[in-house]
Amino acid sequence: MTTMNTNRREFLLRGCSSLGTIWLSAHWPSLLSAAAHARHAAQSVEPPKLSFFTADQAKEVDAVAACIFPSDDTPGAREAGVVYFIDRALVTFARDDQKTYRDGLPVLQAHVKDMFPGVEKFSAATPQQQDEILHSFDDPSKAGGRRRPFRGGAAAQPFFENLRAHTIVAFLLDPDAGGDPNGVGWKLIGREREHTFQAPFGYYDKGYPGWQALPTDADKGKP
Amino acid sequence: MRPDLPKYKTSDEVDFVIIGSGAAGGIIAKELSGNGFRVVVLEQGPYLTEADFTHNEIKILNEDLLTNHPKLQPNTFRKTPDDKAKLQRAVVYGRLVGGTSVHFTANFWRLHEIDFIERSKIGPVPGATLADWPITYADLEPYYTKVEWEIGVSGQAGASPFDPPRSKPYPMPPLPVKSSGVLFEKAARTLGWHPFPAPMAILSQSRPGRSACVNCGFCLGFGCEVGAKSSSLATAIRMAEKTGRCEIRPNSYVHRIELDANGRAAGAVYFDEKRDVHMQKAKAVVVCANGAETPRLLLLSSSKQFPNGLANSSGLVGKYLMLNAGGIALAVFDEPLNDYKGYAVSRIIHDFYENDPQKMGFYGGGGIDARFDLTPIGFAMGAGLPPNAPRWGKGFKDLLSHNFTRTTEIFAHTTSLPVENNSFSLDPDVKDAWGLPALRMTYKDHPDDLKFARWLTARGMEILDTAGAKQKWTFPIEEQQFAVHLLGTCRMGNDPKNSVINRDHRTHDVKNLFLCDGSSLVTSGRGQPTMTIEALAFRAADRITDLSKRGEIA
Repeated sequence: MTTMNTNRREFLLRGCSSLGTIWLSAHWPSLLSAAAHARHAAQSVEPPKLSFFTADQAKEVDAVAACIFPSDDTPGAREAGVVYFIDRALVTFARDDQKTYRDGLPVLQAHVKDMFPGVEKFSAATPQQQDEILHSFDDPSKAGGRRRPFRGGAAAQPFFENLRAHTIVAFLLDPDAGGDPNGVGWKLIGREREHTFQAPFGYYDKGYPGWQALPTDADKGKP
Repeated sequence: MRPDLPKYKTSDEVDFVIIGSGAAGGIIAKELSGNGFRVVVLEQGPYLTEADFTHNEIKILNEDLLTNHPKLQPNTFRKTPDDKAKLQRAVVYGRLVGGTSVHFTANFWRLHEIDFIERSKIGPVPGATLADWPITYADLEPYYTKVEWEIGVSGQAGASPFDPPRSKPYPMPPLPVKSSGVLFEKAARTLGWHPFPAPMAILSQSRPGRSACVNCGFCLGFGCEVGAKSSSLATAIRMAEKTGRCEIRPNSYVHRIELDANGRAAGAVYFDEKRDVHMQKAKAVVVCANGAETPRLLLLSSSKQFPNGLANSSGLVGKYLMLNAGGIALAVFDEPLNDYKGYAVSRIIHDFYENDPQKMGFYGGGGIDARFDLTPIGFAMGAGLPPNAPRWGKGFKDLLSHNFTRTTEIFAHTTSLPVENNSFSLDPDVKDAWGLPALRMTYKDHPDDLKFARWLTARGMEILDTAGAKQKWTFPIEEQQFAVHLLGTCRMGNDPKNSVINRDHRTHDVKNLFLCDGSSLVTSGRGQPTMTIEALAFRAADRITDLSKRGEIA
C-alpha cells in the first residue's frame, strides 16, 4: 500500500490486495447464512456448532481475532462472532480459502514455537507473548515498526494478513448486508445503521447558511 | 411499468447496433431510438436493477458484482513498449447495463474552453502529442446543457468565476453541503481561492421514477438503490426502452465487427451467455464500449482490408491513452464530520484549472475536491488510516473508534498528456475466458503529469492546514499502473493520418462505423470525463441522425 496515492482508485475498487485474492466467489445468500450462523452462535447457550474448523482450530482463529479486536471496555471480535462468521464462510462462499487455514494454522504454530519454545500454539501463549508474536508481523520499514525477524515469521506473515483481513470483514461488513447483525463493529466506529440520512450530517455543517457568493478577485492566489 | 420491449432477430438488419450501454451507449440508444430508428444495444454484462444492488462491500468491491472480472478477462501491464507485459489487473470498468456510470462518483464538471484549444494556446509540449479538438466548447455547450437537464445534474450556475459560459442554469440546486465541504469552503476562501458547490450527477430533487439522494453513504463503487445517481441505467436506458424501438440485449460479448464485400460494417458478432456465437446485422455500427474495449474490439476485428485492426489506417487505434493523474490527502479533525453520510463530493475549486507552463515550469491543470468516499472495511484495512497506524489491538480499535467519523479527504484531479507509447493493445500471449487476446496496457506518466499532480496535492495539504486539521497525510505520487478513466484511444480529428474518428464520430476509414466514448477525447480534461463523454454522445447522436436522414450513411 505504499503507492496508495496513484493506486487510489484501484484501492477503493478492490479493497486491499490480500482481501481481493481471497473472498472471490461469495454468493449473497451464503453470506447472509454466515451472518445468521454467527448471530445464532453468539446468542446460543449451547456450545456453537462448527462447520469447518475443529474445536482446536477455532480456538486458534478466535485467539488471533480477539487480539485484533480485543474485548475491553467495548465489545470485540468475540462479541461480533468473528470466528463463526469465518467458519461458515469457509464452507459456503469462501470454500477456496479452506487451504489457507489448513496450511496456515500449522505455519503460525511453528512460528509461535520458534519464538517461544515449549508454547505449542497461539491460544496457549500468554497475552504478552501473543503481543510479541503479532509485533513480529509489523512492517519494519515504518517509523515505530517493531518487527522482530524471528525465524519462521516471514512464512507465517501471509496467513496473519489473511486472517486479519477476514477478521476486519467479519467485524465491519454492513450489519444489514450480511455482516454481524448486532452491528458491534459499526457501533465501535460510530457508523450509524440507518439507510438514509439528512443534513446536517456532522459538527461542521450544522448551521451552515448556504453557499454565498463573495466579491473576490478571480486572479488572487493564482500561480 | 415496463413498456413492451422489441425483440429483434439477429437476421433483422436493424438501423443501428450499439456496442456498450454505459455513459455514451445509453444516451446514443435513447437519442437514436427516440428519433425513430430501430436499435439493438449489445452489452457484455448482465441487466441488473436497483433491487440487485447492495451495501455489501465484499460483493461489490472484491467480487466485482458490477465490474469486469480479472479472472474472466485478465489484463497485462507494462511501462514501455520495450517491456514484456506482466499479468496484472490494470483496468476497472462497469460491466453491466449502464456501464461505469452505475458505480461512478458522479462528479460532473464540464470541460472549459481551454481544454479544446490548449495546443494552440500553449504550443507543443515535448514528449507529448498535444492537439486541439476539431470541435470547440461552443459546439458542445448545448449538449452539456442537455445532459444536465435530461439526465439530471445538481449544481449552482455562476458559483465559480472560472466556469465557461452556459445557456441555462442547472435544473436543480446543489446537494446539501457536508462537513468536509464546509471546512474546505472556509479554508479555500481564507487562501483567496474560489470554492463552489460541486456539480454532481445525483438528484437533489426527485424525478418521476427516481428518488432524490437519501445520503445512504455507499456511493462510489456502488450502484444506487433508489435511482438518485444519474447512471445510464437509471436514465437513458429506460428512456430508450420507452420508445418501443430499442432492445437492450445483455450478456452479449461482442468480439468482432464484420465487414461486407464493400468494406462497410455489416454487424456485430458476439457470444451470448452460453457462449454461442451470433451476428446482429445492422445498417450501421456505433461502438461505445469504453476507452479500453473500443480499441480492443477494433484490433480484434482485423481483416484482409484492415490487417492492423479495423479503422486503423492511422495506426493510432489504442494509442494516446490518458488516465488523469492526481493525488490524495487525508486529515483528521477534532469533531465528528460524519462524512460517511451522503454522497462523496460537496465542494470543489477550479482556481488551478488553467496555468501558465512558462511560469510553472511544467504543464498541467486540475481541480481539487473535498470528499469522503471510504466505506468501513476499506477504511479499516488501511485506506483511511494514517501512516504507522497500529493494525491490531486496543490501539487499532481506539483509532477506528476515534477516526472513522472525524476523517476526510482531499482529492486533486489533474491532466494527463497524450503520449503515443501509452496505449491499449492485444496481449500476444494471454487469453480471456472466451479465448480472445487479453487487454494489454502500456503506460508511463509524462513527467509533467506527475509534477503537476504533486504540485496540486500540495495545495490540497494547504487547505487542510488552513482548515485546522489535527493530523494530515498524503502518499507518494508515483507512475500509475491502474486505469479507471480510459481516455483518448481513438481520438477525434480532422486529419485521417493523425486521428481515428472525425468530428461526427465517424471513423475515417469505414463510412457506417461510429465510435463514441472516452476513446474519442483529444485531451484528458482535468479529471472528470463522464460529463463530457455524455455531452459528446448527445452530439454524436445528432450528427448520426442528420447524416442518416441525408442518406449519407447507407
